[in-house]
Amino acid sequence: MNVVVCVKQIPDPAAPQALDPQTHNLVREGKLILDDSDSYGVEMALQLAEQAGGGEVTIVSMAPNGETSGLRTALAMGAAKAILISDEALRGSDALSTAKVLAKAIERVSPDLVLAATESTDGYTGTTPVQVAELLGLPSITFAKKVSIAGGKVTVERQTEAGYDEVECPLPAVVTVTAGVVEPRYPSFKGIMAAKSKPVDQLTVADLGLEGQVGSAGARQAITDVADADTRQSGEIVVDEGDAHERVVQFLEQLKLV
Amino acid sequence: MSIDKIWVLAEAADGSPISSTLELLTQARSMAATVEAVTWGGDAAALAGELGNYGASAVHDVGDLGGSLPGAPVAGAIAALIAGGNRPDVILVPTTYDGRDIAGRLSVKLDLPVITNVVGLSSDGDTVTSEHGVFGGAQLVHAQFTAATPWIFIVRAKSFTAEPSGGGAAPVSAVAVPELGSTGTATVLQRHVEERQGPKLDEADVVVSGGRGLGSAEAYALVEELAKLLRGAAGASRAIVDAGWVPYSHQVGQTGKTVKPTLYLALGISGATQHMVGMKGSKNIVAINKDRDAPIFSIADLGIVGDVHKVVPKLIEALKARG
Ligand SMILES: Cc1cc2nc3c(=O)[nH]c(=O)nc-3n(C[C@H](O)[C@H](O)[C@H](O)COP(=O)(O)OP(=O)(O)OC[C@H]3O[C@@H](n4cnc5c(N)ncnc54)[C@H](O)[C@@H]3O)c2cc1C
Ligand SMILES: Nc1ncnc2c1ncn2[C@@H]1O[C@H](COP(=O)(O)O)[C@@H](O)[C@H]1O
Repeated sequence: MNVVVCVKQIPDPAAPQALDPQTHNLVREGKLILDDSDSYGVEMALQLAEQAGGGEVTIVSMAPNGETSGLRTALAMGAAKAILISDEALRGSDALSTAKVLAKAIERVSPDLVLAATESTDGYTGTTPVQVAELLGLPSITFAKKVSIAGGKVTVERQTEAGYDEVECPLPAVVTVTAGVVEPRYPSFKGIMAAKSKPVDQLTVADLGLEGQVGSAGARQAITDVADADTRQSGEIVVDEGDAHERVVQFLEQLKLV
Repeated sequence: MSIDKIWVLAEAADGSPISSTLELLTQARSMAATVEAVTWGGDAAALAGELGNYGASAVHDVGDLGGSLPGAPVAGAIAALIAGGNRPDVILVPTTYDGRDIAGRLSVKLDLPVITNVVGLSSDGDTVTSEHGVFGGAQLVHAQFTAATPWIFIVRAKSFTAEPSGGGAAPVSAVAVPELGSTGTATVLQRHVEERQGPKLDEADVVVSGGRGLGSAEAYALVEELAKLLRGAAGASRAIVDAGWVPYSHQVGQTGKTVKPTLYLALGISGATQHMVGMKGSKNIVAINKDRDAPIFSIADLGIVGDVHKVVPKLIEALKARG
């Protein structure tokens, strides 16, 4: 059971974020970390490979500046190796460009299963994994809250508006997981040490044969302007001294809700 | 070029178009002369009346999918229609599970990008400008396609207000699903529907949501009781959905529902940007949190600094006493 997990390396969401005033791209400077949303996919992949009694978990990531710190976290959790696509030419890639790059890299591994998150923390387009599936000619099941593998098939509990659906498809397939799917492990000290010597295969756009098709060269949407949104003012603050509920009741009365 | 024809993906639930679809049809009417719907699932005849009433002049029906997940077959059918010469200028897709799947696959089939998380759209007849919140909605970005049409936009719920046009039932024509190979093999074996009481979360006039500050799954009963007393719906932060205290269908925020009720009551919710993006359009916000510095207070009309376990039971008693 060989599994590929697509992971995004992102600026720490706790740090202040900004758009570049000239290019309108997200400023991605300094150290990047493993997107928390993708730690669920990494854990799921490790568990599925363990259950299958063998096979490897490969991490695939497209990131600027040869960034590997997020990959090292995934390797420290237990993934065997990583493929990193990093290239100046990828700056300004939209989701479709990203998907083309990821799909070409995944083809080199020909896995039984590709895992991704339903959406990333910083981009949250939520379309990249399905685009990867279509490019690879694979079926996909999105929004998994439970994943199991048996008899060459993947069965997923897929979140729906009303509850969940039990959905099945033959492998190979692409599955996107939600945060509820598994509890990601913390890398152990041994894992962190081992990750330092695990292979990270670095590829360029030319290695994938995608010159001129991705990044700014392939981008077909443009940001026309950026503006501050209307901010909501904070209102009255009441510190509860045993009777704050009365103020809430008054407020409900004003709104004619009681 | 000019924007003449828009297609809206018409998703249905319980035999009616979902509210996002009606919102998109309403908006599409103001942007183009011809608005048509694309639907699937085998209910097209039943949906045609309401789709027409919101502005669709035709319904392209992909039909019953025989249990397949909609992504691949619906994208395949739309791509085949376009290849056959029926080409819209714009395709509007609701941000739903199936909407994203369809748009993602269609984008590859047409080799065209998609613009996602749209919260506003405007057109001058030749171009379409979309609006997006970034950084939890603190800034608004406007974007346009520089690619060939159709321009595909995935739009968040509640971005527009649905208003009927009074149009008659739209004529339905069948669209065939082409051969999909293995991409079409994801099949639904069984559906599980969770029980729900009271109004729907995204349609309720009052939403009472609980977060990790409740301390335990049992304490969510406070949220449900208060919601019931106010004839509202009970919502949740993702923290307690992930913890398994409540089903995902309760989640408010970036990855959950967008709500815009008259009153939003946040109980023990910190106010992470991903939560606020789903509720800050509410007309009135009341927050109860024991941390004076919780970000939720920055957008609350009334903020109570206090313990939910002290304030909420008293509030419930007071409301009950009024009968
Ligand atoms: C990609 C992505 C998507 C996300 N999507 C969503 C989403 O759709 N919706 C969402 O909600 N979150 C989402 N999140 C998660 C979000 O970042 C926060 O983690 C989450 O909203 C926090 O939930 P919370 O406020 O319940 O918990 P916490 O942040 O832990 O806050 C608990 C609050 O309760 C208060 N408290 C504690 N005890 C009491 C008490 N006794 N009385 C009163 N107050 C008390 C504390 O002061 C604190 O402010 C997303 C995150 C990511 C990365
Ligand atoms: N640059 C990237 N490198 C690797 N995986 C990615 C990248 N961008 C998106 N993905 C995958 O696609 C998921 C959804 O991302 P998004 O489409 O940005 O919401 C992510 O959680 C990843 O699993």
